[in-house]
Amino acid sequence: MYPIVRKEKLADKIFLMDVKAPRVAKTCEPGQFIIVKIDEEGERIPLTICDYDREAGTITIVFQIVGASTQRMTDLEVGDGFQDFVGPLGCASELVETDIEELKKKKIVFIAGGVGTAPVYPQVKWLHEHGVDCDVIMGSKTKDLLILVEEMRKVATNLYVTTDDGSYGFHGMGTNQLQALVDEGKTYDQCIAIGPMIMMKFVCLLTKELGIPTIVSMNPIMVDGTGMCGACRLTVGDEVKFACVDGPEFDGHLVDFDQAMKRQQLYKTDEGRAMLKLQEGDTHHGGCGHCGGDE
Amino acid sequence: MDVMKKVPVREQEPAVRAKNFEEVCLGYNEEEAVAEAGRCLGCKNAQCMKGCPVSINIPAFIAEVKERNFEAAYQIISQSSALPAVCGRVCPQESQCEGKCIRGIKGEAVAIGKLERFVADWARENGIAPKKADEMNKRKVAVIGSGPAGLTCAGDLAKLGYDVTIFEALHEAGGVLIYGIPEFRLPKQKVVAKEVENVKSLGVKIETNVVIGKSTTIDELMDEEGFEAVFIGSGAGLPRFMGIPGEQANGVFSANEFLTRNNLMKAFREEYDTPIMKGKKVAVVGGGNVAMDAARTALRLGAEVHIVYRRSEEELPARVEEVHHAKEEGVIFDLLTNPTEILVDENGWVKGMKLVKMELGEPDASGRRSPVEIEGSEYEIELDTVIMSLGTSPNPLISSTTEGLEINRRKCIVADDAGATSKPGVFAGGDAVTGAATVILAMGAGKAAAQGIHEYLSNK
Repeated sequence: MYPIVRKEKLADKIFLMDVKAPRVAKTCEPGQFIIVKIDEEGERIPLTICDYDREAGTITIVFQIVGASTQRMTDLEVGDGFQDFVGPLGCASELVETDIEELKKKKIVFIAGGVGTAPVYPQVKWLHEHGVDCDVIMGSKTKDLLILVEEMRKVATNLYVTTDDGSYGFHGMGTNQLQALVDEGKTYDQCIAIGPMIMMKFVCLLTKELGIPTIVSMNPIMVDGTGMCGACRLTVGDEVKFACVDGPEFDGHLVDFDQAMKRQQLYKTDEGRAMLKLQEGDTHHGGCGHCGGDE
Repeated sequence: MDVMKKVPVREQEPAVRAKNFEEVCLGYNEEEAVAEAGRCLGCKNAQCMKGCPVSINIPAFIAEVKERNFEAAYQIISQSSALPAVCGRVCPQESQCEGKCIRGIKGEAVAIGKLERFVADWARENGIAPKKADEMNKRKVAVIGSGPAGLTCAGDLAKLGYDVTIFEALHEAGGVLIYGIPEFRLPKQKVVAKEVENVKSLGVKIETNVVIGKSTTIDELMDEEGFEAVFIGSGAGLPRFMGIPGEQANGVFSANEFLTRNNLMKAFREEYDTPIMKGKKVAVVGGGNVAMDAARTALRLGAEVHIVYRRSEEELPARVEEVHHAKEEGVIFDLLTNPTEILVDENGWVKGMKLVKMELGEPDASGRRSPVEIEGSEYEIELDTVIMSLGTSPNPLISSTTEGLEINRRKCIVADDAGATSKPGVFAGGDAVTGAATVILAMGAGKAAAQGIHEYLSNK
C-alpha cells in the first residue's frame, strides 16, 4: 500500500495529496506522470507529478473530480492509501534535459490552464532552483478555481494570473495575456503550455503566429501507461506517437489537436458520453475517469 | 474404448459458453485421466520429451498417473516446469510433445496436455506445492517481468537456493497470463494466481508497480541494490497498427488494449470500474492466437464478430483448437480479405471498414504464399468496433536505459542459448529476445537462463 500523508482541498472539486512512494520519489523528474489505482476494483488513473520530496519519499498529486474513480479518490483520507502507485512514467520535461547555461539564455514563458497548473509547478520550481528565469501565465474560469497561486508566486520570475470572468487578475484567457505581454514588447523563445486540450490548441495557434516554439503536455486516455495498449496514441507531425512512452510532452505545433480532441470528446460531451454508455453497456460505470462533467 | 483415440475431454457447450467467461475446457476427471494415461506406450526413447521446450519427463509422469500416484506425477512435472496448470491449458501440444507421440502415427496422440493439466489441477486441489530448496544462499538475482519467462527463471533459481526478486511493471503478477490470455482459456484466480503463489512459496519475492527503465534501472539494481545477476523477461508489449486511414478513430483498439481492459482490469465484471466497448459488430484484424482471444472476448460481451485475415485458413497462425473453438462459438471468418481504410463518422466514431479481397500468389522468402490484392474487389461493411491484432514488438524501455545492452534491428535483445546478453551478468529470454512467441518457448528460455545464471554465478 502507498499511504497518503497529506490531503488538501485546493478548490471546488480539486484536491492535492502527498503519497509515500519512495522508488518513484527517488527517480522522478518534472514532466513525468504516475498511475494510481485505489483498490482491486479501481481503474488505473494517470496523473502528472506536481511535486516530489526525495528525502521524505513522497510524491504530490493534484486531481479534479471528473468521474466515479476520482470521486472515490476524494473519500481517501490521510492514513489511508492507494493499493497501487506506479511511476515515474513518460519522459522528463525537455527543460530538465537541456544544458543549464543554454536555458539561462532563453526567455521562457509557461501558460497553465486549470488543473494544468499542477504539472507546470514542478517545472517552474526546477528552473527556479537552477537559477533560470521564467514567466508564468496561469488561469482558470474564475477566482475560486485558481490553484497553487502562492506556491507559483514564490518560484516564477513574473507571475500573471488570469480569469475568464475577470474575478481575479487579468480579465481574459492565457492567450489574451500572452498577446498583451508581446504587445508590450516582451519577447519569448520558448513556451510551455499545459491545460485542457482546447486551451493548448489555441495557445499553439497563437505561438505559431508569434513564432514561439511551444511544448505541450498531453493527457489522453491510458490503461497501462507503459506502451502496451496504445489507447493514448496521437498524431504528431506525420507520426503516430504514444503519449505514455514517447511523451507526455510534444511539440505543440505538430500535434493534431482536432483528432486528439475527438478521441477525448468521448468523455467530454453529452453525445460522447451517451454514445459511450451505449457502447460500453453494463461495463460503463461512469468510471472512465473523465465522464461526469469535465471542466 | 478405442485405443487409437483420445479419451474425449468435456467442454462447455458452445452456445452456453459463448455467453459467459467460464473456462471452455473442463478437463479430465480421475477416471478419464487414468484411462488416457493407459494409452501411453512408455517409449524408452521418448520422442515427446524432445518436443517439449522444458523437457518434462513425460513418460515418467504419465506412468505415475496410470498408477494413480498423482502427487508423484506432479513432482516429476514440477522438476521441469514452474507452471504446469498454465502449460496444460495454453501450450500448442499438437506441434510439440503430442506432435511427436508415436501413438499419433496411426491414431491420435496421447493427450499429454490434458494429462498435465489434470495433474497440476489435482495438486492444487489437494494443496500440494513444489519442493523448496533445502538451503538458501544469500546471492541476489533480479528478474524483470513476471510473465512465463520470468516466473520460470525465478522458480528455477529459487530451487537452486538463490535470493530472487521479481520486478513487475503492472499491479498484478503474471504478465501475459494475466493481461493477455482470457479467463475462459486460463482462469486467473484459480490457476494463474495459484501458480504465482507456488513460485512465491519457493522463496521468490515479487515487487509489483516497478517499471525497470523508469522507477529504477538495471545498472542501479546491480550497482546499488546488490543484485549479482539480472534476467530480463519483459516480453513484447508494444502493439502494431496497420497505418491505414481512420485508425485513430474512436472504436479502434489494439488487441492489447481490448484484452487488458477485459482481463487485467476485469471490465467484464460489473463491480470493476474500468469500462470496455462492447460493440454491436466487431472486426478483429489478424489471425493469431491473440486475434482469437480478442474475437472470442468480444463475442462474449455480446457482439457479432468477424475475423479479418489476409491469407487463407491454412495459414492462420492460431492454434487449430482456438480456431475450432472460435468457429463453434459463432465467430465469422472473413478470410483472404484485407482492410484498406476504416470509415469514420462526423463525430470521430468508427462506422465501417473498406476491405479488399485477396488471393494467394507466389511463396515469399518465408515460404508462405503471399497474399495479393484482387483488383476491383473492394467492398465496405458496417462496423462500430475494430480490434487490431497484428502482433507486438519489444518495449524499448529497458534496452534504451541499460548501458551496453545489444539489441537487433527488430529491437529484440540479443542473447545466446543460455540467455547471456552483451552485458556481463545480464541475461534475457522470452519475447523480449525472440519477439512475440508462445508461453512455453518463453518458459524454455527462462529455464535455460536460470541455468546460465547459475553457471555464471558459480564461476564468478
